[in-house]
Amino acid sequence: MKEHETLEQRLHEQGISRRSFLKFCAAMATMMALPPGSASAIAATLAKVNRPSVIWLSFQECTGCTESLTRSHSPALESLIFDMISLDYHHTLQAASGFAAEQSREDAMKEFHGKYLLLVDGSIPIKDGGVYSTIAGRTNLDMLLEAAKGAAAIVAVGSCAAFGGLPNAQPNPTGAVAVSDLIKDKPIINISGCPPIPAVITGVLAHYLTFGALPALDDRGRPKAFYGETIHDRCYRRPFYDQGKFAKTFDDEGARNGWCLYELGCKGPTTHNACATTKWNGGTSFPIESGHGCIGCSEPKFWDAGSFYAPLPAPTADVASVAKAAAAIGAGAAVAFSALDRAKKNKVQQSREKLTVDDLKGE
Amino acid sequence: MEQEMLLWVRGTGLQIAAAVFVVGMVYRMLHLLLLGRKMSLAQPRGSEWSGGLRTMWRRSFVSTKLSARGNFTVIAGFIFHIGFFVTLFFLGQHIALFRAVLGLHWPALPRGVIDISAVLAIGAMVALLVHRFVDPVKRLLSDYQDYLTWALSFLPLLTGFMLLRKIGFDYITLLTLHIASVEMLLVAAPFTKLAHMFSTFISRWYNGAVNGFKGINI
Ligand code: SF4
Ligand code: SF4
Repeated sequence: MKEHETLEQRLHEQGISRRSFLKFCAAMATMMALPPGSASAIAATLAKVNRPSVIWLSFQECTGCTESLTRSHSPALESLIFDMISLDYHHTLQAASGFAAEQSREDAMKEFHGKYLLLVDGSIPIKDGGVYSTIAGRTNLDMLLEAAKGAAAIVAVGSCAAFGGLPNAQPNPTGAVAVSDLIKDKPIINISGCPPIPAVITGVLAHYLTFGALPALDDRGRPKAFYGETIHDRCYRRPFYDQGKFAKTFDDEGARNGWCLYELGCKGPTTHNACATTKWNGGTSFPIESGHGCIGCSEPKFWDAGSFYAPLPAPTADVASVAKAAAAIGAGAAVAFSALDRAKKNKVQQSREKLTVDDLKGE
Repeated sequence: MEQEMLLWVRGTGLQIAAAVFVVGMVYRMLHLLLLGRKMSLAQPRGSEWSGGLRTMWRRSFVSTKLSARGNFTVIAGFIFHIGFFVTLFFLGQHIALFRAVLGLHWPALPRGVIDISAVLAIGAMVALLVHRFVDPVKRLLSDYQDYLTWALSFLPLLTGFMLLRKIGFDYITLLTLHIASVEMLLVAAPFTKLAHMFSTFISRWYNGAVNGFKGINI
């Protein structure tokens, strides 16, 4: 296997113009809020770097993350990701199958040891030795630990790889965990979302290739440039929230007037993601623009945070039944203790000796 | 961790707080009622019920001339209680909570009104605390419970206001702090003087009923 060619050569072969490449770099620079002028710097660097080997492991997942990336509008900038990297192993996308596929993964791991990027989507089940998800007879756990050893960095794509996602939701029968729960000695970048925004995946890779390092991350390992703000911070319905104007149902007057979806379960205030600015489907819109609240898909445990349609103040556990039981206990205790009190009082009264005039006379 | 903490205060934390609050309150109030009174054998000169109910209502209006508490305490106390109730029961977000737990809901007041009521309640509480420090009699009368209950009532107001007005921290942190502060209030309420949120009415009824029985119409 020869060292991978540069992006410039590759684009040239594919007949992609320099103009659209520059456009891509400018878009990336803007999205990541880099200073003006960085677009040309990105372009210059990107054009020259060797396309890194990328091994993409798909574990306990639904392929939605890959779909998000590959079905992005064409010819979308996002699809340039496949020109920026040399994708040496990806279940869904590779032509090879069976032994040949596994062989290419092993070859890439050997040849680019210490240099390849490891992309992971899906969570890793670790219960019962990890038997709940296997590839070519090997558990996901085993494969991840092996592939992580030679990786320069790991990108956890999607909420499952980043935080455990749906498989990790209560009661988590397979013991699903996130990549960062297992790997502690490699730089890990979490691109959460269910699925993540394709432009964010591409942006992070472009950043890595340009600067040779991971972008600044938040305390959840997510790139700050995309996850620094909440949906609510940048939501165009925010003025209605601030005025306390809430849609009560999906088809009432308020909903038709575009009022805030808070009472219909919007989790925008507690969700960090770039949907409100980067948007989806080639910049068409984002869910709140379609009249549906944010479900909080880029945050840990979002499946366990109560119904998607329950407002944020609603309890996530059954409080009413607890309160009813508590009332019964309180009432029972009050009745029992009053009975005891009364019994005590009666006893004292009965045992009291009657005072007689003789007692008072004294001796 | 922040999401997990928010999840905890919205779930298990709330269940614990609700359980302690309800067990404690029902126990204390019922125990109070069941203490009972000896039957009065005297001839009633009026109705206990009307006297009791009237006093429950009438005592909400204190004549500062007749009260030993002084203008400042009465007025600031009034402002605090009204501001607190308006904010608690008429903010849309709170009504959404009552709706989720009790199934009951009612129209919210506009946000501008809530802002005013919250600021009034917060201001009155601060003023009352300062007065407690400055006034020598009040200072001597105050013990740790007075300061504890002040803090427990103040924190939900403060964190809630910061949350609505985006002051200080991010939404998740403030929401978590706000709910947690309310839970602390709920847990402490039955066992401190905060229990007056229910016992006030029982004791007013009792006073009024005694007078009503004797035919005293106040
Ligand atoms: S719709 Fe959601 S994100 Fe937008 S303002 Fe309302 S609560 Fe915030
Ligand atoms: S709006 Fe919220 S739930 Fe929808 S994709 Fe964005 S972060 Fe996920």
